[in-house]
Amino acid sequence: MSDTAAHTREDEPEGSTEPPAGADDGTPDADETPAAGPVSTGAESVVAALEAAGAKTAFGVQGGAIMPVYDALYDSSIRHVTMAHEQGAAHAADAYGVVAGEPGLCMATSGPGATNLVTGIADADMDSDALLALTGQVPTEFVGNDAFQETDTVGVTRPVTKHNYFAGGADTVGDTVGEAFELSRAGRPGPTLVDLPKDVTQDETDRTPGPAAPPAGTDPDPNADPDAVEEAARAIESADRPVCLFGGGVIKADASDEARTFARSYGIPVTTTMPGIGSFPEDDDLCLSWAGMHGTGYANLAITHTDCLIAVGTRFDDRLTGGIDTFAPEAEVIHVDIDPAEISKNVHADYPLIGDAGRVLDQLTAAVREAPDAEAWRDRCAEWKETYPLTYATPDDEPLKPQFVVEAFDEATDDDTIVTTGVGQHQMWASQFWSYSEPRTWVSSHGLGTMGYGVPAAVGARVAADTMGEADRDVVCFDGDGSFLMTMQELSVAVREELDITIAVLNNEYIGMVRQWQDAFYEGRHMASDYTWMPEFDKLAEAFGALGLRVDDYDEVAPAVEEALDYEGPAVVDFHVDPEENVLPMVPSGGANGKFAAAEDQL
Amino acid sequence: MSGDASESGAPDADSRPLPGEQPGPDERDHPEGRRNLEGIRIDPVVEAEHESRRAVISALVEDEPGVLARVSGLVSRRQFNIESLTVGPTTVEGHSRITMVVEETDPGIDQIEKQMAKLKPVISVGEVAGDAVTSELVLLKVEADDPAAVQAVSEMYDGRTADAGPETITVELTGDKTDIDGAIRAFERFGIVEIARTGPTALARGDTPTAPGEKPGTAGEPTTHDD
Repeated sequence: MSDTAAHTREDEPEGSTEPPAGADDGTPDADETPAAGPVSTGAESVVAALEAAGAKTAFGVQGGAIMPVYDALYDSSIRHVTMAHEQGAAHAADAYGVVAGEPGLCMATSGPGATNLVTGIADADMDSDALLALTGQVPTEFVGNDAFQETDTVGVTRPVTKHNYFAGGADTVGDTVGEAFELSRAGRPGPTLVDLPKDVTQDETDRTPGPAAPPAGTDPDPNADPDAVEEAARAIESADRPVCLFGGGVIKADASDEARTFARSYGIPVTTTMPGIGSFPEDDDLCLSWAGMHGTGYANLAITHTDCLIAVGTRFDDRLTGGIDTFAPEAEVIHVDIDPAEISKNVHADYPLIGDAGRVLDQLTAAVREAPDAEAWRDRCAEWKETYPLTYATPDDEPLKPQFVVEAFDEATDDDTIVTTGVGQHQMWASQFWSYSEPRTWVSSHGLGTMGYGVPAAVGARVAADTMGEADRDVVCFDGDGSFLMTMQELSVAVREELDITIAVLNNEYIGMVRQWQDAFYEGRHMASDYTWMPEFDKLAEAFGALGLRVDDYDEVAPAVEEALDYEGPAVVDFHVDPEENVLPMVPSGGANGKFAAAEDQL
Repeated sequence: MSGDASESGAPDADSRPLPGEQPGPDERDHPEGRRNLEGIRIDPVVEAEHESRRAVISALVEDEPGVLARVSGLVSRRQFNIESLTVGPTTVEGHSRITMVVEETDPGIDQIEKQMAKLKPVISVGEVAGDAVTSELVLLKVEADDPAAVQAVSEMYDGRTADAGPETITVELTGDKTDIDGAIRAFERFGIVEIARTGPTALARGDTPTAPGEKPGTAGEPTTHDD
């Protein structure tokens, strides 16, 4: 292969396969789609297409079938971060995309490399995150023969991607990769994948990929139908108990400003979904924080009693709605979404507005003539905030409470701090007891609920912030002991790449959410949830070359938080917290949001 | 958080109501309204109830590898009730038509169309109007004990003898679902050995496009995603 490549290079103008001088300063051509440079192989075409599309960072793991692409990356301006496991690569790329607001890029070889990516791709799919996965594949002539490290990657990932591609040849592979990159962020974002047979990437081509564009029909009109907007505006004006529900779509559309303007202009109380955390400042008087299974009591009461629900960029997941029969049962629903298939999928939309969240919120702001008469309603929401605050008891004779740790970090950090989490109790506390005010600061696994998301996501978030020139932002990963054990090998990446992240393990030696459900619904039978054999995470961190700390008591919290945040590099603090602490409030699965249990004995 | 007076360093008790002090579900007001399983508010005056019905959905698709797997995977993953699915080429090179018969409620049919429209190779998709021309082909192999009687029944249903041997006769029939079901019942008396049905395919009548935006009769002129 190297002979072939060298031979081809001789036929090209001198230096044509080298990136232009200064290409690795990461400055993209802002005005127009940059033309891809000359190429000599399919792999070089892939890399040229990625560079032209503006990709700056890739996360991945090497391997046989993907080697030609990695070889082409050798001379590229794209920074590659080698991860410990392909699942980590997918999560890191996903989180990178969330923080940077552009598609994340991950790479793996064929077979196990590709299958290891699947969890991360499925996670991105459920959360509508823009992500491009490139996978190596056995040479085309071996496909279907059960060759070494062959998996039907396109088949395996078909249900968890927005679209996937099997690259057909060296001449077209660059265009395919460019299209897949653009498709991932067109309209409703989501993961795409290009499977790259080794012959396709090794073969010679001199065809430079053209400007990347999403396929026809995939980049919808951002504006909603003006007549529909007018009708929705009339419904808002006449509402007595209006409430906004801002979902992850508000953040993906970079529509937080428009969302804030709309709600504040008309004095409409705001709830968010979990993925919508940060779309509206939680310390704003209008904000009722997030609704759903472990959302605030006041958010759940507001969406239960509203007569006009203005839902933007949400797919009405069951963890949000609880039982559909009791979800916002007296509300006319205005549903803004870029994906027509979400309209009336789970909750019937009385006023469907299909379009981009920011554009449609602007349309609504302009169309509403007078604010709804909602003063009494705002007072009622404020009363609920007083009656059902997020609180926790701290008796002297009980161990350190995990909520206290979250609050301590929140207090010690700036508003632009990025929080990543795994999945479980710690994730709920991190979302409840931290006050979020900015979009793209809450980075978590929502729809798929992937334990182990937190550490690789912190790696991706850190790299994204650094790439954006925001090295002074803190990245804090709240993890559970169970979640941490699933992907903690990515700590090796953080140490190697000198990434300044702080991992706070809220260690209760349980798969705590399962333990909580076992106590509530399985007569306290702790089957396979009791993790009393946990390693000492502080020592493990030191073995990796990170800072490791252990905290057992309240008075150790503040100094440990300070030391970990000040440490220039990855730090792990193993907080031994109360194993009996439960996440509250709670709406039992399929229950009525308005009937949330504020305490265990109300379940 | 700062006032840690106790020995363990635990902070002072929160002055706001703790979870155990907050009113329980029974102490709160709850709205009277309800939604049905399809998420539609139940209006006490006009309650919207959706019955399942049979619908023919036609999709114009790009004939690329895996397109059938994408469509069938979508149908099974989202638990749509599907009766049949046929696929075949159109007059436009590189385009195929997929015809599906589904048994769903109106919101279910709407979801199928919208989810299919999101598949990249799907150019256009929609329900075929109720009076569409639908037809299905069946190959029916019966025992050849009484060839004359088989021939007679076959003629009654406009059938064609596709194969005749000493043991079996294979008849080819076309028609809509009712015709075919009736014919099969008529042939049962001879003893049916084997049967193969294609499932219905359909075209809209007159100038109505079968799939939205489609240009019927313009062979070689492809319908595009933007139409």
